[in-house]
Amino acid sequence: MNFGEIARKRLQFLAIMAAGLIFSTGSVTALAQEAESVAAPVEAPVAAPVEGATPDAAAGVATTAAPAFEHFGPDMIKGQPTSFEDDPIESMTFQEQYSETGNYALWMHDAILMPVITVISFFVLGLLLWVVVRYNRRANPVPSKTSHNTFIEVIWTVIPVIILLVIAVPSIRLLAAQYESPPEDAITIKTNGYQWYWGYEYVDNGGFEVISNMMPEADAIAAGYPSQLEADNRMVVPVGVPIRIQTFGADVIHSFGVPSLWFKLDAVPGRINEKVLIVEEEGIYYGQCMELCGARHGYMPIAIEARSLEDYNAWVLSQPGGVIAGAEAPAAAPAPEAVVGEPAATPEAPEAGATPTA
Amino acid sequence: MATTAEGFDAHHDDHAHGEHKPGFFARWFMSTNHKDIGTLYLIFAIMAGIIGGGISGLMRWELAEPGLQIMGQIVEFMGGAGTFDEQGHMWNVLITAHGLIMVFFMVMPAMIGGFGNWFVPLMIGAPDMAFPRMNNISFWLTVAGFLSLMFSAFVPGGVGMGAGVGWTVYAPLSTTGSVGPAVDFAIFSLHLAGAGSILGATNFITTIFNMRAPGMTLHKMPLFVWSVLVTAFLLLLALPVLAAAITMLLTDRNFGTTFYDPAGGGDPILYQHLFWFFGHPEVYIMILPGFGMISQIVATFSRKPVFGYLGMAYAMVAIGVVGFIVWAHHMYTVGLDVNTKMYFTAATMVIAVPTGIKIFSWIATMWGGSIEFKSPMVWAMGFIFLFTVGGVTGVVLANGGVDDNLHDTYYVVAHFHYVLSLGAVTSMFAGWYYWFPKMFGRMHSEFLSHLHFWIFFVGVNMVFFPMHFLGLQGMARRYPDYTPAFEYWNHFASIGYLVMAASIVIFFINIAYAFIAGKKAEGNYWGEGATTLEWSLSSPPPFHQFETLPVIEDHHSADDHISPAPGSAPARA
Repeated sequence: MNFGEIARKRLQFLAIMAAGLIFSTGSVTALAQEAESVAAPVEAPVAAPVEGATPDAAAGVATTAAPAFEHFGPDMIKGQPTSFEDDPIESMTFQEQYSETGNYALWMHDAILMPVITVISFFVLGLLLWVVVRYNRRANPVPSKTSHNTFIEVIWTVIPVIILLVIAVPSIRLLAAQYESPPEDAITIKTNGYQWYWGYEYVDNGGFEVISNMMPEADAIAAGYPSQLEADNRMVVPVGVPIRIQTFGADVIHSFGVPSLWFKLDAVPGRINEKVLIVEEEGIYYGQCMELCGARHGYMPIAIEARSLEDYNAWVLSQPGGVIAGAEAPAAAPAPEAVVGEPAATPEAPEAGATPTA
Repeated sequence: MATTAEGFDAHHDDHAHGEHKPGFFARWFMSTNHKDIGTLYLIFAIMAGIIGGGISGLMRWELAEPGLQIMGQIVEFMGGAGTFDEQGHMWNVLITAHGLIMVFFMVMPAMIGGFGNWFVPLMIGAPDMAFPRMNNISFWLTVAGFLSLMFSAFVPGGVGMGAGVGWTVYAPLSTTGSVGPAVDFAIFSLHLAGAGSILGATNFITTIFNMRAPGMTLHKMPLFVWSVLVTAFLLLLALPVLAAAITMLLTDRNFGTTFYDPAGGGDPILYQHLFWFFGHPEVYIMILPGFGMISQIVATFSRKPVFGYLGMAYAMVAIGVVGFIVWAHHMYTVGLDVNTKMYFTAATMVIAVPTGIKIFSWIATMWGGSIEFKSPMVWAMGFIFLFTVGGVTGVVLANGGVDDNLHDTYYVVAHFHYVLSLGAVTSMFAGWYYWFPKMFGRMHSEFLSHLHFWIFFVGVNMVFFPMHFLGLQGMARRYPDYTPAFEYWNHFASIGYLVMAASIVIFFINIAYAFIAGKKAEGNYWGEGATTLEWSLSSPPPFHQFETLPVIEDHHSADDHISPAPGSAPARA
């Protein structure tokens, strides 16, 4: 970062403080808290990023054109794993789902697959235990000579077939739902996998690319985020509308996977994969790279921030070259809210040797 | 099935007929004896298993807690500086080595090279394999492959030494993404081991088709022989595809081809198709001989013939054939089109049917039997339950839409370790305790083998069952570290590893006990339930057996009741 950027950030901080003080007394309490909870939206991988707000425009003016965007804080995290200590049962099942296909898949697993496999496993175990008790040498000194029984052989062929058909019907329906094409006017976001970070290219919003590195562990913990899951620049998406996610691998194969949205699609060099994503609720959803891609495969997480379409458009406008998809009307500026925190200084990308622990 | 081997004395003195064993070097380095080669394979597999299992111990040590604990020390031990990237690369090298060693240098050599070589000729009444010298070449090629893999860890392969590409060796990580000769040596390793297996497969097929004793039709062969026959066909047809796939990796890496490079018109997904076309039959290669051993063991200790012999034999054939048309269920997230994904979902689920037939047939074999719970039987029953658990999670993963959230997570790791560590390895221990005294002439301690089983059972379930939870919660595989929410089950699993490792110590103590203080083993030390031909021989068998072929009598078909142990009843006309 250069000095001009640092200066702009400091002035912006003061501007937001002023606006906040004017419009809400409650913001004083928030300001007293740790100010490092939200990551700054740094757009370009190089050069000084352009912040949305100018000090003059923001100071004292209620509806400024594109004030600095306020990201969600840790209280809005929805898609993350649950530790055993927090909730043992939840730590043993799927993460809660926030998409329609995700909920359908979860239902299929919990209501159809799990009962079937549990019953089968216990059935086999039961038969084995019965055999131990009933047919051990003392209980049954003379072995029978039966080695055939066509009837039961038919039964244990036909019943598994029926069970598989029962599973196959919702399974194929799930696949059909997952393969529904996004509508033509869906917002397209191209997720590019690099060694070892993600680039989120907002194709329909002006083509800017947000580079997303893992937030260093110490910073994440200090700000209240789960380590190894939070990123410095999140992938902001609109909630409730179909998003066309396109994945692409820039160097080796990566994979864009978000467990709480039941989404996984490999990012392969030379190929653009596409799948629709609809996030039902605003919030933060974490994911990870799911294909071995080299030394830092475990250190390139995904952080999706789903916002209302209005907020999303405001965020887009705060990015360099950002335009509202397809629309001509000027974007409405979001109403200034109580400040939740200030954009943190951009953490450095993890460098060789700068490991949290070693 | 009864054998009459008139005039054949099982307790033949080697020297009486001028038969003498070769000198030490010729006997063990230039062998043409299927039993000795089988022993070589077993010793080799045990040694490789120690290394592969030791690596997994390092892995579980690292994963016991969040953060990187020992990767730095390992990097420094291997001569590196200990930077963050070197540690990440070292992790990838370890997981790659663990996978390749366990698959190619432990399970396959033990099951096919070890038990297959030892007992297929004995069970079909043959004096040796069809191509005894080629048998030896297969073994030494496997050893050479292992050495190449070991060597790869000492040359550059990325950010540091070794090949960090996963046992699947996907391009472009393994081509442009891995600079240095380590991946080339890993590829050579697979070439060599693969060649050894292909030659071995031709040996088994020729032997089984042509050298069965008079009267032993294909439908009278023991099920273990069936299992090796199907396995051999899978090897023969699948391994050349792997060879092609990895040769193209080699040329992409070294000779300027672009099979897997989109900039040159290639496609990384081509590699995955080729690899998994081999890779899926490979997993059946790893389990089918286990199925065969379990059939032998369950029948022996239930004192009943296997229920539904033909169903069992042809279920294995069906598993083998269908196993060739389901490969892309390993590729559900690469961007397959919807019809392809639906097809592979349906086809993969089909395999559950013949597999279920086998599970139920084993139980039906025990049903009505008179079961003695010797340790091989206990291991076999453990196998039946644990393989069922692993199999049903496979049915979950078979569903492409559900797999989207499980692919490349620990759920997959749990699934394949249940069917491998708790399936294949369990069946190998079952076979080991079943046949150890036959091979080496000494009885092991039944107490120690039972103890081994129970501690192993607890240990491996502790290691791998929680991995289902981690996978469901989204923990990714091939990660050296994880967010703290995953700590509890990882820690639990790492403790389970220690329990499992303790059981392996018992395994070795048992071997030592057997050689030091074990009773000499009789020809048939399991009693009337052991009816296959190896039990008609001494323990160990003579250096050359069946120089006069046994004759398998016709009126005892496999459908019929069990016949008395060979040699224990008067011969019938």
